[in-house]
Amino acid sequence: MSEAIGAVGNTLLYLDGVSVTFDGFRALNNLALVLAPGEMRAVIGPNGAGKTTMMDVITGKTRPDTGRVVFGADTDLTKLDEPAIADLGIGRKFQKPTVFEPHTVWDNLLLALAGDRRPRFTLWARETDEEREKITEILRVIRLTEHKDRLGGDLSHGQKQWLEIGMLLAQEPQLLLVDEPVAGMTDAETEQTAELLREINQTRSVVVVEHDMAFVRALGVKVTVLHEGSVLSEGTIDHVSEDPRVIEVYLGR
Amino acid sequence: MKVYAGRSGWIALAAILGFAALLGVLNLATAPTSSVHVPTYIVSLFGKYLTFAMLALAVDLVWGFAGILSLGHAAFFALGGYAMGMYLMRQIGARGVYANPTLPDFMVFLNWKELPWYWEGFNVFPFAMLMAMVVPGVLAFVFGYFTFRSRVSGVYLSIITQALTYALLLAFFRNDMGFGGNNGLTDFKDILGIPLQLDGTRVGLLIITAICLCIQLLVCRFIVLSRFGKVLIAVRDTETRTRFIGYRPEQYKLFVWTVSAIMAGVGGALYVPQVGIINPGEFAPANSIEAVIWVAVGGRGTLVGAILGAVLVNVGKTVFTGVLPELWLFALGGLFIFVTLFMPQGIMGLFAKRVRRRGEPELPAAEESAAREITG
Repeated sequence: MSEAIGAVGNTLLYLDGVSVTFDGFRALNNLALVLAPGEMRAVIGPNGAGKTTMMDVITGKTRPDTGRVVFGADTDLTKLDEPAIADLGIGRKFQKPTVFEPHTVWDNLLLALAGDRRPRFTLWARETDEEREKITEILRVIRLTEHKDRLGGDLSHGQKQWLEIGMLLAQEPQLLLVDEPVAGMTDAETEQTAELLREINQTRSVVVVEHDMAFVRALGVKVTVLHEGSVLSEGTIDHVSEDPRVIEVYLGR
Repeated sequence: MKVYAGRSGWIALAAILGFAALLGVLNLATAPTSSVHVPTYIVSLFGKYLTFAMLALAVDLVWGFAGILSLGHAAFFALGGYAMGMYLMRQIGARGVYANPTLPDFMVFLNWKELPWYWEGFNVFPFAMLMAMVVPGVLAFVFGYFTFRSRVSGVYLSIITQALTYALLLAFFRNDMGFGGNNGLTDFKDILGIPLQLDGTRVGLLIITAICLCIQLLVCRFIVLSRFGKVLIAVRDTETRTRFIGYRPEQYKLFVWTVSAIMAGVGGALYVPQVGIINPGEFAPANSIEAVIWVAVGGRGTLVGAILGAVLVNVGKTVFTGVLPELWLFALGGLFIFVTLFMPQGIMGLFAKRVRRRGEPELPAAEESAAREITG
């Protein structure tokens, strides 16, 4: 871990000494995390370890009390709000699937497509061929082509998760933050989701927060274990699952 | 097709224009003794209903599509009304009781020697009409800029809008504000030099009101059917999500909020010459709440439903207050409870159910949050 922090030159995301306190509760405690461009990272940890708070800090929902959050070469994320950070190329999928329920699958993706977000543009915007092509391609990737005219609210739980991942792709982010993508999914859906994330990772960096160890194993990527707001262990899934501190946190109480 | 996107809009346009034209013909082209003659007071009564429909449409645009439950929209309506009232006062000229060529009667009565600066220009019709839109629009913009930027929403926002209209009510009651105090502005004579009492003027005002209402309906449809409208509905239901996708909800809310206030202002400006008076009572919080009930009855988030609700509830009010005036507020309250409990999608929801049986998809999910906002 220590050698990674030195390598600021080639990092996509860099968290250093980040602390967040809610009413005396330390949600994040001197957290450090380094993500290389193109990397996929799994973040695991027991409930209350700070996984979601870490996402909140990166996406601008929560301001850290102390610490640095740097994106790319020198963009300080702690100074920006959610839309500005989304604009930089950081997309986020929530724990609970959140799609636009009254809109069709197609419109959900249309709204998420990278482009001008200002009212003066959207008021006059017409769907272009380029947009149609992009949406068609994303529909193929997330396996929802036949469902494009259904309302977001009518999809099954797993389909909503995929639609939300599709919306992330439509934003064309450099970094995807994915919070518990397989919660409530069937085994077959879980397997497909792992495949989908690996496919996405070919062009983008991904941070996956997950409880499901089998899924993390299936991803086969570097794992960061959080505990009480800081990093407990980091390495391959085999490495961290043999780490006595990790075993104690997960099994010891 | 969604209810607000379907044919209902075109049917409504035809119905509004057709009905207004029919009333006009039956008023002007038939003898007063004829059995099909429509008396002039009915013409103006429907003109008034259509101005209320504009207020309802304005409320529906922000409540139905942006989730902003305004309990102060009548303030924008009344401000538009005052702009028209000021023009009509200046039109009286020297024919007032005190025969002062520039000062309206109430100013002479208060012993004022000259016209306050903010009354300048209101003798010019286009300027007054511009102000009927600019004043509500600017107030809404400033109000919305601060509230939406601070992410004030839900019940808190509703309470602030209520406070806004109440503050204006108190202000306009004061004589030294220069708007006629509690008597307001009245005794109008002419509009554009044409006597207001003529039947033809009344019919003309009704037709103009109908046309303006249709234009507003078209503008609303354009907004909600555009990509902007899709973002707006997304903001209504899942505001945080839109923010993480990179939209700024406050910009979207501010735009519709301002447009909505301007629409209400136009409604108010057309209300005053047809009713013949504007006074601070129009700022009463109850008026704004009534407008919300019209929308709920017609169907929130349907546009046409707002117009339908405004007209039907006000026809009901006219009939009911004629027969049992003291019971009207109970009837209105009962109607609201009934609609909320048993017809959450309003009258348009009944139509939508029939449409759905023919195999088309359903309404947007506005009505659940509607019930929640009101009860919670």
